[in-house]
Amino acid sequence: MSKENASVVGRIDGLSIFLYFLLVGIGLLSVFSVEYRSTDPSIFMMSKSFMKQTIFLGVALFFGLVIFFTDNKFFSSFAYPFYGFGILLLIATIFLGKDVKGSHSWLEVGSFAFQPGEISKIFTALALSKFLSSPDTNFKTLRHRLIGSAIALVPCFIIILQDETGLALVYFSFFLVMYREGLPNIVLIIALSLIALTLASLLIDRTILFFIILALTLLAAYLIRFELKRDIVARIFLVGIFFICILYSHVAVPLVFKHVMKGYQVDRIYSMLGRDVPESFRSKSEDGVVKKSSNTSDYNVTQSKIAIGSGGLLGKGFLHGTSTKNDFVPEQNTDFIFCAVGEQFGFVGSVILVGLYVALMMRILFLAERQRSPFSRIYGYCVASILFFHFAINLSMTIGLAPVIGITLPLLSYGGSSLLSFSVLIFILLRLDVDKQAMIR
Amino acid sequence: MSVALNSRALVVKLIIIGTAIVILLRLLFLQLFEDKYKIMADDIAIYKKVVYPPRGIILDRKGKTMLFNRHAFDLMVTPSKLSKTLDTAELCNALGIDIAVYNKLLQRTIIKNGYRRPGIFIEQLSDEQTARFKENMYLFDGFELLERTIREYPSPSAGLVLGYVGEVSPTMLKRERYASYSQGDYVGMSGLENGYEEVLRGTRGVYYFERDNHNRLTESYKNGKLDTPAVAGKSLELYLDAGIQEYVERLMKNMVGSAVAIDPQTGGIICMVSAPSYDPNLLRGRARSYNYAALTRDYKKPLFNRATQAAYPPGSTFKPITALIGLDVGVLKPSYGYPCGGGYYACGKRVGCTHSGGGHAANLRLALANSCNSYFVHVMRLIEDAKRYGGVKKGLQAWHDYCWNFGLGHPTGVDIPYEKGGILPDTNFYNKLYHGSWNSCTNLFVGMGQGEISLTPLQMANAICILANHGYYYTPHFVKSIGGNPKDSLLAKYLIRHDVTHIPDSFFSIVALGMQDVVTQGTGKVAQLPGINICAKTGTVENKAAIDGVAVKMQNHSAFVAFAPRENPKIAVAVMVENAGYGATWAGPIASLIIEKYLNDTIATNRLHLETKLSNANLINPYLPKIEAAQRYRDSIRYEMRIANKKLEERERFIEDSLMIRHYFEKIYGKKLP
Repeated sequence: MSKENASVVGRIDGLSIFLYFLLVGIGLLSVFSVEYRSTDPSIFMMSKSFMKQTIFLGVALFFGLVIFFTDNKFFSSFAYPFYGFGILLLIATIFLGKDVKGSHSWLEVGSFAFQPGEISKIFTALALSKFLSSPDTNFKTLRHRLIGSAIALVPCFIIILQDETGLALVYFSFFLVMYREGLPNIVLIIALSLIALTLASLLIDRTILFFIILALTLLAAYLIRFELKRDIVARIFLVGIFFICILYSHVAVPLVFKHVMKGYQVDRIYSMLGRDVPESFRSKSEDGVVKKSSNTSDYNVTQSKIAIGSGGLLGKGFLHGTSTKNDFVPEQNTDFIFCAVGEQFGFVGSVILVGLYVALMMRILFLAERQRSPFSRIYGYCVASILFFHFAINLSMTIGLAPVIGITLPLLSYGGSSLLSFSVLIFILLRLDVDKQAMIR
Repeated sequence: MSVALNSRALVVKLIIIGTAIVILLRLLFLQLFEDKYKIMADDIAIYKKVVYPPRGIILDRKGKTMLFNRHAFDLMVTPSKLSKTLDTAELCNALGIDIAVYNKLLQRTIIKNGYRRPGIFIEQLSDEQTARFKENMYLFDGFELLERTIREYPSPSAGLVLGYVGEVSPTMLKRERYASYSQGDYVGMSGLENGYEEVLRGTRGVYYFERDNHNRLTESYKNGKLDTPAVAGKSLELYLDAGIQEYVERLMKNMVGSAVAIDPQTGGIICMVSAPSYDPNLLRGRARSYNYAALTRDYKKPLFNRATQAAYPPGSTFKPITALIGLDVGVLKPSYGYPCGGGYYACGKRVGCTHSGGGHAANLRLALANSCNSYFVHVMRLIEDAKRYGGVKKGLQAWHDYCWNFGLGHPTGVDIPYEKGGILPDTNFYNKLYHGSWNSCTNLFVGMGQGEISLTPLQMANAICILANHGYYYTPHFVKSIGGNPKDSLLAKYLIRHDVTHIPDSFFSIVALGMQDVVTQGTGKVAQLPGINICAKTGTVENKAAIDGVAVKMQNHSAFVAFAPRENPKIAVAVMVENAGYGATWAGPIASLIIEKYLNDTIATNRLHLETKLSNANLINPYLPKIEAAQRYRDSIRYEMRIANKKLEERERFIEDSLMIRHYFEKIYGKKLP
């Protein structure tokens, strides 16, 4: 038994583990630097987040050990039960959840609070892998594509009900996995067109947009004029698409912005676009007075940009970040932890950090591609996609490229749930990789 | 299938790498190509605290404090940092002002300093205001307290000598001397405060702190690597005797004039009074601007330092110098006598003399003692017409050079600013005045100190120093040592002995004896002190003023110069009282009381009546308000003329330019401009 275990540990992918510890180490130092005060009586103070983060790391490593000593079939066998458990947990959280900054996504057990939304990422990844790798699944049929999407989107919708939109959006990263596994290109094209149309309807005046859509439709009609002559379906199709576009940009988007989305979300999207929220989208308070936007997300991003931008080429030096050390950046040890790196280590440090993330993701993709069993491969893609989504959105929002949605920077941000869920995600993949030649169903 | 899947794996990788590149490009712009974030980061997180060191104190010759510091707080405001939610009512309540005043003050600060720079909102808060503001300081974003020291004068005297401090003005900031100052700094505006600004101010301390998002200071920035500590200003020890200064100011409180006393052996100024004086405590603190305006409006011009800036014809007090020049030129022998019968008629027009008795000018000593006008105008003519110069023009120039060496006609170089040089006529001066045709009869009055010559009281006192020292002087100055160091580089120029003439000692001795006779048997008996050989000279200066367009002869200026003791001079005095009368009546007693106080430290009881007489006198010229008003009127007209001239010139230039353009236009295009 012990010999076999030793061989398991011995066959773990060293490079991934190295990158993992490097990133976690950078995270610990960043959290430490943000909180460090020269007036502190001692470096090790239990009230400080970095000490708690160290304990979380200990817990995560313990989980890692447990995972390494678990049978490799365990994960695929228990994928659906885990998924079911996760969904139940998420539903329970809607009702039992603690109110944290307006969302109900935290569950309290004793003095210990965690975010089920973070943890159920693992369960969803396992379930999706299990489903897609099953020999009964033919991903070319619409039915199975819909089931695959549902596996990803059910937790997503429950989390939206918890008012934690940022975390919910992460589940869209599973579409990258499904794309890899055969989702048609047209899905990607439609998704991109929808994003473009949404942005256009927010940025361009409606009348002008109407004529642009009209012009594009006429152009399309000219290009497929022979088909139009021959085929009535093509004509209906073209007119239909035209009306869908108009309906989407002139009715659906304004309706959603005005009545479905919350004021702060509208604010954030517009602040990312660098525009003021137009009068018509401002939510009205009870007495009918139009509320001015609070601009808190604008403030976050401005402070974050100041911190990162002031880093320059080489940064201000470790523990000399004036913006982060003095609490100018809100959420600076969780969602905006990248500011600490950008400010203290400058462009060089940022490039190294981005490089480490890209290296980790590339390594994971490499590990995924060398798996014999499809389950392990798909699971690897899930891990890479989740990592990628967090990495891209988090960095983009700190430098003003994406709206501020509260998602963490993997392995760096302070927070037990985040660190634990990413660690477990990666450790499971490493465990599967140990038996890469095995066929797991 | 496999190929397709592999191409999709590639797409996934490309998406990841593409996103990373976009992020890196954005970071490149943010961190390397934009400077504003660095500035903003420093702006929000680094707080520069300027610590003003206490200014140097000023002590008199006996170690008595003349100027020291008291702590006070200025309330500074940065208008752009004011939050919209500022509880103005609470602030006004704490400061004890009402909203209207608050708005007015804020407006004033904005006009003065703009939005982004901190400016003084209320200068020097009272103790109560400070305490109540500090209680709720965290509520008032944009306001901060700045600790300062304010100057306090223990005695209400010597205002013009010590000067005052005020906020540095935008025009001053443009000058090189004030390059290191910034808006809101205090700077010495006049007197010694200005003259020794560089040593008095010390070095400002600058400390950098980090502050957090609640504007609380957290720790020093970069462990204090950039900080510079404040260094206190050095103290000044003066030659000035605070007791005498105050005493003379009291004596002269109802006069217009000036009294200067110098120690001839060092050039140290013992007292410098310009009457009427003002209480220097008026020009500090919050009431400064108000009081300053009031003092400027006063027709007696208390802010005008008559000792260094007003020039008077010296009158008979100039006669000893005429005598010395005559002796040295060789046109005068000590035994030379002039048969004055109460006037000088050699030039046709009579020059009056107060004495007519025979033999009152039988020799130089007698002529000095009796202050014979005829004698000295004649000597003046003899100097100008001396054979060795060969012509009146060269003769006058030689006389001018002698006087120049006596420190006349140019500022002496005293260590307070804005000194004037008086008027000393030279050949060019008369050539211009009389178009070249003049002779020794034209300016013979100068020999008796009337006419075109005018001196500041400081120059007169300095010239007396040269008489007392038999030919040398030290530049008059106030400061004995800086921070206890008498050899400070700033004082080096006052330690140089100026040997200005090569007139033999014997001539000086004769003139000194003549001046002693003035006191013992001549016009200046009032200055007699038992046991001390005082040398003096009275002066009664005729003067006129234009009243309502008519030249009216005013009451004479009363002048008196003296030094004592003759053998070993310790003090030289010059006193000038405007429109008072005979020199011996008013200026004489003042000078003698200064000498007595300085040499004996007390006033003998039998001379106390002089004190009473002087204190009770009211010698202010009743015409003074009119003269002053006329002067102001002339000044304003001159100013308007200058402005009008400027406008006219501009207009002319404009017309010239447009004519030229028209001309060239027609020449080049061959058609007329519309």
